[in-house]
Amino acid sequence: MTQPLLRVAGITVAYGVFKALDDFSLTVEQGETRVVIGPNGAGKSTLCDAIIGRVRPVSGHIYFDDKDVIRMPEQDIVTLGICRKFQTPGVLQSLTVWDNLALAAQGDKRWWRTFSRAERAQEEERVRAILEQVRLADRSSAAAGLLSHGEKQWLEIGMVLATGAQLILLDEPTAGMGPRETEKTADLIHGLGNSRTVLVIDHDMTFVEQLASKVTVMHQGKFLAEGSVADVRSNADVASVYLGHSG
Amino acid sequence: MSAGLKTSSTIFAALLTCLAAAAPLALSAYDLNLLARFMSFALLAMGIVLIWGYCGILSLGQGVFFGLGAYAIAMHMKLAALPQGSVPDFMMWSGRESLPWWWAPLESGLVAVIAVFVVPAVFAGLFAFLVFSRRVGGTYFALITQALALAFATLLVSRQGATGGFNGLTNFSTLFGMDINASGRDVQLYLVTLALLVLTYFGLTMLLNSRFGLLLRASRDGENRVRFLGFNPTPLKVAAFAIAGMLAGLSGALFTVHAGNISPAMVGVVPSIEMVIWVAVGGRYSLIGAIAGAIFLNFARDWISSAFPTLWLYFIGALFILTVTLLPSGLAGLVTQNLRKTPAAP
Repeated sequence: MTQPLLRVAGITVAYGVFKALDDFSLTVEQGETRVVIGPNGAGKSTLCDAIIGRVRPVSGHIYFDDKDVIRMPEQDIVTLGICRKFQTPGVLQSLTVWDNLALAAQGDKRWWRTFSRAERAQEEERVRAILEQVRLADRSSAAAGLLSHGEKQWLEIGMVLATGAQLILLDEPTAGMGPRETEKTADLIHGLGNSRTVLVIDHDMTFVEQLASKVTVMHQGKFLAEGSVADVRSNADVASVYLGHSG
Repeated sequence: MSAGLKTSSTIFAALLTCLAAAAPLALSAYDLNLLARFMSFALLAMGIVLIWGYCGILSLGQGVFFGLGAYAIAMHMKLAALPQGSVPDFMMWSGRESLPWWWAPLESGLVAVIAVFVVPAVFAGLFAFLVFSRRVGGTYFALITQALALAFATLLVSRQGATGGFNGLTNFSTLFGMDINASGRDVQLYLVTLALLVLTYFGLTMLLNSRFGLLLRASRDGENRVRFLGFNPTPLKVAAFAIAGMLAGLSGALFTVHAGNISPAMVGVVPSIEMVIWVAVGGRYSLIGAIAGAIFLNFARDWISSAFPTLWLYFIGALFILTVTLLPSGLAGLVTQNLRKTPAAP
């Protein structure tokens, strides 16, 4: 039996008396694509923040590949193999598409290594592959700030992939996209197959259906339900939350 | 920056260097001395391009690092002119009979030169580390640096017996065993300054076009994104700030040699803000722009404040407001925009 790649064990994130995450647990297997949905304020983005070390839970543990990352510096968590795409695209505006990806693809990210050219060839190969994958090959010398919104989203997905992370967190990758772009994004995630473990946060149900993966539903910082898209749709608790009768 | 633009700015820089090397033939001794002082300022201005233009760190305290370099060389020149074991005149007037411990090592010319580079760099680096590792930035950082400039100038004034107080240090006669007032010395010192300016220009150009420079721009654009790609932005910013501090120190030392004096009035809040304005007007993303800004604004200052003594601060204030509202990339931005508009040769 392989052990799960990510195990979130009973974490609580509190802002004063308000608990953004309340004793929340989640297990994601190696190579799995998992979708996390929930109404606004359910704690989905906070979950990502906690996994990458941007917020620190007051209790609980997060195990990545059996290592507890809860107290690690952010850049060490990335080095372990976790990388996240932010909700509003965090591309580096004044850099070209190529440079955005090249920085992400740099193998050793300690600052003095930026002067070394040792691994440049390997890095370039990686960048080329990613450019194809996210369909930005013809835009590689454009400044990232000049891309369309959808292209920025793909570029940031590309950056996350370029880090070589095993676990990638995609926080609303289709926000602001039209139906065709959304479909392309679903294809892109499908194309990753089992090579990466992906945690997707979204509330666009069409997109969630296109992904056709296991879904976890959150509500008010707590676990609500888990299962296939169809299971979740037919779940009475989920229906009541989405219809606003959470009581 | 496109390749064409890069070549054209290299050619431009080479032409300017030739022109500047010929300046001693054309300028009066007085104007040559002014030019030498302002070229010293240009070194500091390039440091501001590095931290402000490329890292987005606004420092309103570069006068402090300028002052550290300036006082290091000034103290050495003071000691060099004295017989062994005696103290500078202003110390005697304050009733001091022995040198403060931090003066003594500067008697050696070698120590003084090292101090000009190392003291401002280390101090800037430590300061930046303390602030940036706590993730303080932006306006807060600007305010902290301004407070630092105020504190530094106040400290210099209040320690009359050790620093020369409000009057600072002046009356230098020798530098590294040379008579500083000998004929032809001004041209030599001017050429040394020009050489350092050119070296720094090419050094910084290489640095800014390297992966390191790319990362600096990246963390300016999105520090969080860079952090969550696995880089730690703090050492990058600390290194950049230390380099800018070192250039400011070198700038201060050269200025002191050319001007023949250094005083707290050169290192406090107002001069520190003026330094930022040179770069804002010249162009904070352009090394050549910053050099031009430092030189032209200081010539303008010399001219305006001798013709209309009260107007200078109004003038520079108005110029700053105009630049910020109309030309956020300064004069250099205007030039590069026009270059981009001209169609490429077939």
